[in-house]
Amino acid sequence: MRFLNPKVEEKIVFLSLFLSTLVIVAPVILVIGIIVSRGLSVISWQFLTTMPRMGMRAGGIFPAIVGTVYLVGGTLLFALPVGIFSAIYLSEYSKRNWLTRLIELAIVNLAGVPSVVYGLFGLGLFVVFLRLGASILAGSLTLAVMVLPVIITASREALQSVPKSFREVSYSLGATRWQTIRHAVLPHALPGILTGTVLSISRAAGETAPILFTVAAFYLPRLPNSIFDQAMALPYHLYVLSTQVPNVRIELQYGTALVLVGLIVITNLFAAVIRSYFRVRKQW
Amino acid sequence: MVTVTEKIKVKSFSVTFDGEPALKNVNFSVKEKEILGIIGPANSGKTTFLRTLNRLNDLNPRYQHSGELLIDGKDIYQKWDLFELRKKIGMVFALPTPLPISIFDNLAYGPRRHGIGNRRQLREIVERSLKSAFLWDEVKDRLNESAMKLSGGQQQRLCIARTIALEPEVILFDEPCSGLDPISTAKIEEAMQEFKKRYTLVLVTNNTKQAARVSDRVAFFLMGELVEIDQTQKIFTVPKDKRTEGYVSGRYG
Ligand SMILES: Nc1ncnc2c1ncn2[C@@H]1O[C@H](COP(=O)(O)OP(=O)(O)OP(=O)(O)O)[C@@H](O)[C@H]1O
Ligand SMILES: [Mg+2]
Repeated sequence: MRFLNPKVEEKIVFLSLFLSTLVIVAPVILVIGIIVSRGLSVISWQFLTTMPRMGMRAGGIFPAIVGTVYLVGGTLLFALPVGIFSAIYLSEYSKRNWLTRLIELAIVNLAGVPSVVYGLFGLGLFVVFLRLGASILAGSLTLAVMVLPVIITASREALQSVPKSFREVSYSLGATRWQTIRHAVLPHALPGILTGTVLSISRAAGETAPILFTVAAFYLPRLPNSIFDQAMALPYHLYVLSTQVPNVRIELQYGTALVLVGLIVITNLFAAVIRSYFRVRKQW
Repeated sequence: MVTVTEKIKVKSFSVTFDGEPALKNVNFSVKEKEILGIIGPANSGKTTFLRTLNRLNDLNPRYQHSGELLIDGKDIYQKWDLFELRKKIGMVFALPTPLPISIFDNLAYGPRRHGIGNRRQLREIVERSLKSAFLWDEVKDRLNESAMKLSGGQQQRLCIARTIALEPEVILFDEPCSGLDPISTAKIEEAMQEFKKRYTLVLVTNNTKQAARVSDRVAFFLMGELVEIDQTQKIFTVPKDKRTEGYVSGRYG
C-alpha cells in the first residue's frame, strides 16, 4: 500500500537527512564557537612563544606546544613506516588464510581499545620494562602503537582500492612483485595512506591518557633537552589548567583549548588538501 | 618442404580453477610469425589460455594446470625465468588499461623495470613503439599528458605500443577491439599485419569476421576444448567439425 505521494516522500526524506546532518554539525560549531569566543582574547604572539609563569596562571604555553609537536613528529616517525610496511605485507604479500584473518581481526579490534589502556601498556613496556622512563621517546612510541591499527587499516584500504588491472599490467610487462608495488600500486595508494595517517595522528595529538604516564610533565619551566626528557603537552596542560591548578583565569584554559583545536584543524586541513590535490589527478 | 619453427607448443594441457575445468587436454602449436586467431563462445577458455601463456594465471591461487606448455621448445614453468618470459610474451587486455601516469611514462614503464634509465634511449623507444602502433602522430606533442585523457581507441593503441616497447617475441591480444569503433579497429588490424613481420601473434576475438580478416590460422575453442585448428580459409569454408561449422555460420554461441 502506498499512502504518500512521491513528492511528499521526497521532501520527508530530504528533511530527515538534512536534520540528521544538522544534529551532527551543530554541536561541533557550537563547541568551536564557544572556544573561539572565550579563548581568542588571550591568543597573542607572547602566549604562543613564552614560558608559563606564576604557577601557570600567567605567561604562555610555549613548552606545551613544542612538546605536542615533538610527540606528533615522533609518532609519525615510528608509525608511518611500520604502518605502511605492514599494510603492504598484509595486502600484497600475505596469503589469505586463517592466520592473516586473525591478524586482520586483531588489528580492527585494536583500533577500538580505549586510549587509557594504551597508556598503561606504554607505561609497562616502554617506561618500566625498557627503562625509557617518562620521556618523549616512550610517549611517541605509545602514541605510535595506538595509531598503528588505524594507519594499517587506512593504508590497506588505500592499497586495495588500486585497481587490479594496474598490477596485471605491471606483471605482464615483466615487473617483479616489489617493482609492481613500488611503481604501479604505491603511488596511487599514497594519497589515501597519507590522509588516513594524518587524520589518525591529529587525533592522537589531542589524547591525554596515553601520554599521562609515559611523557607528560605537569610543569617544566624549560624545553626538553633530548628525546629521553619529559615534556609538557597541550592536552595534558589543558587538563592541568582546568582541574589541578586553582584560580586559573578561564580565558587561559579556553586559549589553550583553542591552540590545541587549531593545531588539529590545521593538520586535518592539510589532509584535506592532500586528498583534493590528488583527487583532481586521480582518474580511474 | 619448408619447416616452420613452432614458437608455442601446447601438449595435453589442462587448467582447472578450484577443480572446475577451464581447459581440457588441449594440444596444438603456434608457428613463428603467424597470426593465430582464437574464436569461441563465452566461457570457452580463450582468456584462460592467454593468461596461462605469460603466467598471469599464477597470481590466482585457485589456478591449477597439468600438461606442458613450451615456448621456443622450453617449458614455461620449468625452464623460463618468469620475468624474462613475461617480457618476451606481451599481453594486450580486452579493456584498455593505461596506467594513470603520462603517456611517456606508460611507454617507458616496461623498459624502466628492465633496467633502461637513460632518457635518450627511452625517448627513442617511446617514439618507435608509438609509431608502430600508429599513435605517434596523434600524441607526439603531448607525451607528458596523462594517458587517461586519450580516447578509448587511442588508449588501446597505447597499450599495444607499451607492449611493443619491450621488443617482445609473442604478443597476445584478448579481444583488443571489443569496445572500439570501426576506425580504431581498422588501425589496430593494420598494425597487426605489420607486427606479423616481427612477432608471433595470438588474437582472441569474439568477432569471427575479424578472425577471418586478420588470422593466418584459426583455432575454435568450445567449453575448454580445442575443437578444431586449421587455415583460416578452411575453418570458414570447409570446417571438419559440425560444431565449428555451426559457430562460424552464426548458428550458435
Ligand atoms: N580468475 C578465475 N577464477 C576462477 N575461474 C575462472 C577465472 N578465470 C576464468 N575462470 C573460469 O574459466 C572458464 C573459462 O573462462 P575464460 O575467461 O577463459 O573464457 P573466455 O573464452 O575468455 O570467455 P569470454 O569470451 O567471455 O571472454 C570459465 O568457466 C570461468 O568461470
Ligand atoms: Mg575472455
